[in-house]
Amino acid sequence: MVEIEVEVKNLTKKFNGFTAVDNISFKVKKGEIFGLLGPNGAGKTTTINMLSTLLNPTSGYARVSGYDIVKERENVRRSIGIVFQEPALDNKLTGKENLEFHAMMYGMSKEERKRRINEVLELVELSDKANVLVENYSGGMKRRLEIARGLIHKPKVLFLDEPTLGLDVQTRRRIWDYIKKLNKESNITIILTTHYMEEADYLCNRIAIIDHGKIIAMNTSKRLKDKLGGDVITFEIEEKADELMDIISKLKFVKSVKKHDNKLTITVEQGEKRIPKLIRMAQKNCIDIKSVTLHKPSLEDVFLHFTGKTIREKEASQKDRIMEFGRRRFRR
Amino acid sequence: MINTTAIYVLWLREMKRFLRTKSRVIGSLTIPIFFLAFLGLGFHNMSVPGIEKGVDYIHFLVPGIIGMSMLSTSTFAGISVLWDREFGFLKEVMVAPVNRISIVIGRLVGGTTTSVLQGTLILAISILMGFKIVNISAFFLSIAFMLLISSTFIGLGLIFASKMRDIHGFSLIMNFVIFPLFFLSGALFPLGNLPVWIRYISYLDPLTYGVDGLRGVLIGFSSFSILFDFTVLIGFSAVMIVLGAYFFEKSESV
Repeated sequence: MVEIEVEVKNLTKKFNGFTAVDNISFKVKKGEIFGLLGPNGAGKTTTINMLSTLLNPTSGYARVSGYDIVKERENVRRSIGIVFQEPALDNKLTGKENLEFHAMMYGMSKEERKRRINEVLELVELSDKANVLVENYSGGMKRRLEIARGLIHKPKVLFLDEPTLGLDVQTRRRIWDYIKKLNKESNITIILTTHYMEEADYLCNRIAIIDHGKIIAMNTSKRLKDKLGGDVITFEIEEKADELMDIISKLKFVKSVKKHDNKLTITVEQGEKRIPKLIRMAQKNCIDIKSVTLHKPSLEDVFLHFTGKTIREKEASQKDRIMEFGRRRFRR
Repeated sequence: MINTTAIYVLWLREMKRFLRTKSRVIGSLTIPIFFLAFLGLGFHNMSVPGIEKGVDYIHFLVPGIIGMSMLSTSTFAGISVLWDREFGFLKEVMVAPVNRISIVIGRLVGGTTTSVLQGTLILAISILMGFKIVNISAFFLSIAFMLLISSTFIGLGLIFASKMRDIHGFSLIMNFVIFPLFFLSGALFPLGNLPVWIRYISYLDPLTYGVDGLRGVLIGFSSFSILFDFTVLIGFSAVMIVLGAYFFEKSESV
């Protein structure tokens, strides 16, 4: 039996008539990394804020580690760790003091505090910077410190709101690796929001694509991509292309074949497994293949498929929408 | 119900910030000291109607200036919740498994400590400038008054912080709350010199009783009895703390 760690049912949040989160439902299994993927303004942060008890839902309900997010707030708070989108550190305290503050707020004993603080500092490789004021930290160091802080009290569920927003590529990679390692070693359930396709793809067991406050698709990254119809294999052929096209189109697993100049584009599922067979067929018929390319659909393609726009276009139009909303409110 | 560890750690944070932002401390001390130095020296030997003969103006002024300092540092200590919101730290506090009452008490204890420290510093500086207090017990009594003034205005600051979305309303509060409360309190002149209707308004100002009480304690000269000032102030601070806690509880942290 799989244990359900987070359960969300018909959760809705409205701000003055603007529906930020619109009737969303999902379940997250224990030990899973679950991603909310969507453009800015899609309602991801609002969802996290409700699940972490900072905002009250307008309707619907949710349980985190078995506790109701409205009726059992303190128990929910005790069970979760959270890394906010914007830094939430006291710059006038050192890294260690920020952690100490957190550990005391969570009522940890002195020895436990000392042990855990050293452990988490080591995990995020900040032990040597522990006594430096946070105002002197770089953006990446602050993020790592916040992840460390979210872990001190051994939460059952960790919320990460855009964990690598605004970080450089190397730091992003390192943080991804921490998150994976953490999930593997302590079986902690992680819910993260992101608008980076690679991030969702690399980290998440399952992804919910969220747009205009609604979940429009939810599955593993692989299945989401499979829904697009499959991979595209392209063969470059000098001669007898038509002959090969005839042969290939008769194969059961081939969804479609198109000829374009001297190229054949073949749509199949699990392209990497089909290539050897296709090449054998060509060789059997003495047809020479000059080159082979395989294009697997990316999450970007998935997003395009479900929303009709790329995430970048979405973000541009989202901005217009928010500005338009603001203008309307001002006029009143 | 009350989480003493949380209160302690909130207080500790306030102390560390206080000790690390020396510019803020120096900044908040300079205005009161300028007032003391220039008004005190400027009106030296001048007889102000309503002040007993033999009481030098600087003696009349010192309790008022301590009151002024308590008023501004405490209100801002309450409002500093806004800074925490602006810099995101409030979310870290609000998402912790600590009830709101303990968070308010933590702020209150931290804010009163820093304000009373600054008030005491001003008192010490005025003593160096020639101010004489009646006896040593006056010193301790004055601290009791400072505590009450401070908690009253931290409550007020918390109300503002809960009602404001960002720190832009700050100068409005300075102009329309702090200054009127200061001038109405009789910190600079005896209230008896004011027209009757303004005097009635000043009776609604908690600082009036704070300044009067400090004066009674420190120089043995006051309009009301010390006990009366003390009782009224306890009432004001209780009401303000409860209101501040109520609005803080109601406000959303994100």
